[in-house]
Parts: sequence; structure tokens; C-alpha cells
Amino acid sequence: MPRLVDCPIVPEESTSNISRADVAHLARLARLAVTDEELDVFAGQLDVILGAVARVGEVAAADIPPTSHAVPMTNVLRPDELRPCLPRDAVLAEAPAVEDDKFRVPRILSEEA
Amino acid sequence: MSELTRRTAAEIAAAIAEGETSAVEVAQAHLDRIAAVDERVRAFLQIDADGALAAAKAVDARRAAGEPLGPLAGVPLAMKDVVVTEGLTTTAGSKILEGWVPPYDATVSRRIKDAGLVMLGKTNMDEFAMGSSTENSAYGPTHNPWDLARVPGGSGGGSAAAVAAHESPLAIGTDTGGSIRQPAAVTGTVGAKPTYGGVSRYGLIALASSLDQAGPCARTVLDAALLHEVIGGHDPCDSTSIAQPVPPVVAAARAGATGDLRGVRVGVVKELGGEGYQAGVLAAFQTAVETLRGLGAEVVEVSCPHFDYALAAYYLILPSECSSNLARFDSVRYGLRVGDDGANSLEDVMSLTREAGFGAEVKRRVMIGTYALSSGYYDAYYGQAQKVRTLISRDFAAAFEQADVLVSPATPFVAFGIGERVDDPMAMYVNDLCTLPASLAGTPAISVPAGLSDGLPVGLQIMSPALADERGYRVAAAFEAATERSTPPAEVLA
Repeated sequence: MPRLVDCPIVPEESTSNISRADVAHLARLARLAVTDEELDVFAGQLDVILGAVARVGEVAAADIPPTSHAVPMTNVLRPDELRPCLPRDAVLAEAPAVEDDKFRVPRILSEEA
Repeated sequence: MSELTRRTAAEIAAAIAEGETSAVEVAQAHLDRIAAVDERVRAFLQIDADGALAAAKAVDARRAAGEPLGPLAGVPLAMKDVVVTEGLTTTAGSKILEGWVPPYDATVSRRIKDAGLVMLGKTNMDEFAMGSSTENSAYGPTHNPWDLARVPGGSGGGSAAAVAAHESPLAIGTDTGGSIRQPAAVTGTVGAKPTYGGVSRYGLIALASSLDQAGPCARTVLDAALLHEVIGGHDPCDSTSIAQPVPPVVAAARAGATGDLRGVRVGVVKELGGEGYQAGVLAAFQTAVETLRGLGAEVVEVSCPHFDYALAAYYLILPSECSSNLARFDSVRYGLRVGDDGANSLEDVMSLTREAGFGAEVKRRVMIGTYALSSGYYDAYYGQAQKVRTLISRDFAAAFEQADVLVSPATPFVAFGIGERVDDPMAMYVNDLCTLPASLAGTPAISVPAGLSDGLPVGLQIMSPALADERGYRVAAAFEAATERSTPPAEVLA
């Protein structure tokens, strides 16, 4: 098994600096209630990964157009025809919580508001 | 092992069509094989014996009534658990979807059922297809039928292992950065990623929408081609689906089996080899190139300098797209909900649910994507990665001026031990080194068995231009016909 550093694609030193606070911020944006221990583990790992992927910056690409899809297509349309959708009961059957034939969600406003 | 489970899909379909055996007998033989070995392989998350036997019975009834049968009618198939199946639990290997029963079929599922294939069950995978070893499944790892202490590759390790262990002659995989080809390589099976847009993504639980592509897993090139033609073709439900006929891959596989590659130019990609690759893999690849030359192919070396940046570009584009796609797991409409105690807000419940329902690799990639898409970082990361993607496509275009197909090892290493790399994300990511360029360019690529290194399978990757999938099938079939097939040691699953 080759050591990781033998692989030319993986830099030996990372260049970014991801702190516990950065991870906490990203986790909040991504709606992940990460634990204290996870903050430590992820800070180290994200630092290494982001350091490695930052290599894309070495490529001179100022005049290069970006590719979002490999096989370009624009304005893909289909006939505007009525078609049956999924039955309501079949969809609600898999919902975590249902009330009055609707998805029931936790409160979105505080009581005082 | 029943003789029926040794046969190829093409042989099984012919035997059923000729009345030599029945679809029910074939299904039962494979269910028996699963019962005998899957406790050790763990390729399946779920077996649907009743559904399989009912589907097989329907094929037998159609034959008895004299109705025409499709080319794979009655052939068993294992479905990767990222493809939704109506009425059959679909988890994508994640706790957040534990017990979720989809109310509809993916287009791939629908086409398989319509063609009379017999779905045996759903196969294990890295959670939401994020991984290269199937160790990221929330339901435990799958074991490689060549050596149960090793991984079967990933993310589609379950599909590849099921085929390698003769639990099913066919399986469906999905390939975002190599999740069909890399498991095929390390399990000694055939796996093909079609041209992006060649197979509908409707009903495929999205990882990275601009990269995801379903495709066939099989033990022979012809079987893969037969399955490719069943699932391929335009689908109005997927706006990125290509509105063109499926490339003639079955005819190409049959033509290739004659073993004549005269007039075919094969390009060896300079950047996909050398430092960082196992010596045994490189030796097997060298032998494979000589075999192709012996079949009459003209071998040239090509250079694709931007392939060196594929890993970096991929691990920015993929997390960015998956951080967006996985936002749908919000505890509102389906799946897990945690912490809904009347006091927690919707936002709290979402965060607690996602924390409890996602595994570590999913969380890592969602956070990397969130970072890469943040204002201030977008241009340097995601934007720059998309430009590198353009340069990789240009490298392919230039290489395909000099060669009809490109070849490389399918993976830098053979199957590694379970647990060996699980704590080091970058060590895991480099498994995809060879498969990523075709993913980013949307071009088709196939991995075909190319001998062994220290008793473990090595894969030969054959890459073709977009919409010319048949070229890879032709070369793969010729190579297959010229090489001796290795099978997993009998004592492993005795």
C-alpha cells in the first residue's frame, strides 16, 4: 500500500486554516447540530481537504468559460400537458407528521412574536 | 452453487426463452444463493423474495401465452438502493431515510420492470453514494467476495459484490465519480458509466446532479450492454436526458467479441499512471495494453495535463452540488424527524434531524460544499473548479483527435482492507483518481477485468467520446475475449 504522500495529488501540507469556530459556522448554515467532539475532528479534516482542493487555483483559467453540465443543453421544454400527480394519501403516508391532510411542521415563529 | 447462478444474463434469457428453464427456477436459484452467502458478503440491504418470484411468474405466464419476451426477460437483477422503487424501501444507505417506502418508481426501475427483469432486492452502498469503499453505509460494510476482509469498492460496493458473488448476474449502479467503475475493478466485474444524460436520472436520489449517471454492472461485457440498452434512452422527466437513440452497445459488444481491433487507435493516458499507483496494478495494465496491441489495435500515448487537477475540481463540484441537493432532507416531507417536542423550532428540529440522520462523510461533504459556495469563496473554489472542468473536457477532445478510445487503470490500488482508510478522507478520495476525469467531462467509460495483482482483481478502464459509448464496449469485449477470466477463490464463499 503506498503511503498517502507518495501520491502526487495530495499535498504534504495544507494551506487553509479551518478553526472550530469556522466549522460551527458552516454547520449552522448547513443545519447540522454538530457535537463538541465533531468540531475538533471536522476542523482538522476540513482543513486537510480544503488545502488539497485549493490546488484548482494553480490552473491559469482566467479566460476559460466554466462548464456546469458536460453535455450542454438550453431551454429544455416538454409539452405542457396535464398529467396525474402522486395521490395525496400516498405522499402523506411517508411524512414524519401529518395533520388535516397536510404536513405538520414544528413551530416556525416564537410564541411571543 | 446452482448451475443456473453460474450463467451469464444472456445465457439465462436464452434458456428461459427456449423453455429449458423457467424464470421462477432462475429466481429461486439466485435467492438460494443469496441465502447461502449474503450473511458473509452483505451485498443486500433488503431481499424482496416475494416480489422477485411474482415478477418471475409473470414472465413465465407471458411466455406460456406466446407473448414476445424482451432480451433480458426473466433475468434477475440487484438494484442499488439509491434508485427509488415503488413500494420497496429505499434508504440510499442512510439512517435519515430508514424505512422510507417510495410512492413511485424511478424511470430506471420502471424500464427494468417493463422489460421483465426480476428485481431480487436493493444493494448496499456508501451513504448517498458518498464514498469509495461502501464503509460509509449506515447499515454496515459490504465484503469483497475475493477476500471478505477487504472492501468491494464504492459507492456501489453492494451491486458489484452481488454480481461477483453470483448472487445476481446483473445489477444497477450509479456513477458520480467512479461508483460503478471502481467497484467493478476491485471485484473483477464489468461496470459501465454511460454518457452523462444517456440514462434518466428521474427517481435517482441526487448526489451531484451534473455528474450522477446510472449504468450496468455485470460479469460480461455483453451482459452489461444488454442492460444498458434496457435502461438507456430519452426520458422527458429528466431535462438533462439526451434526446437521441441509445448508442448501439449490444451490436458493438458482439462485434468486439470476434477479437479484431485492427484499425482502432488506443490512447494510453500518460497522466493516469506512475507515481502513487501500485506496481501490480501498473504491471497488469501494461499487460492489458500489450493484449490490445496483439488484437491489432494501434497504441499511442496521449497527454491530458489537466487530469492532474481532476481530484481537486471534483471534490469542490461534488460537495457543492450535494450540499444543495441534500437540503431536501429537512424532516418535513419524508424520512427521519428528531427533536419535535413542541419546544424546539423548525430550524432546531432540522439541525437535530440532520445531525442524527447523516453519517460523518455526508456531514463533511455538506460542510465543504457550504464553504465552497459561500460568498467570497465562490469564485476561487466552485467557479474555478468549473473552469478546470472545461479544461479537462478540452484535454479529452484533443486526445480523441489522436485516439478512438483512451485507456488507463480503473483504480490506482487493488481492494484494500476494511477499516484501513476510513479515518483519512483524502486517502479514500484518491481511489477515484482514474475515474474522475470521465465523470467531469460527462464522457462514457467502462471497467473490464484485467487480471490479478497479488490475487486481487485489477480493472482496465476504457474511455470513449460523449455519445460514442459503443466504442468502449467493442474494445472491452475484444479484450475480454482475449483474456482468461478469473473468478473469486471458491473457498471464500464455500
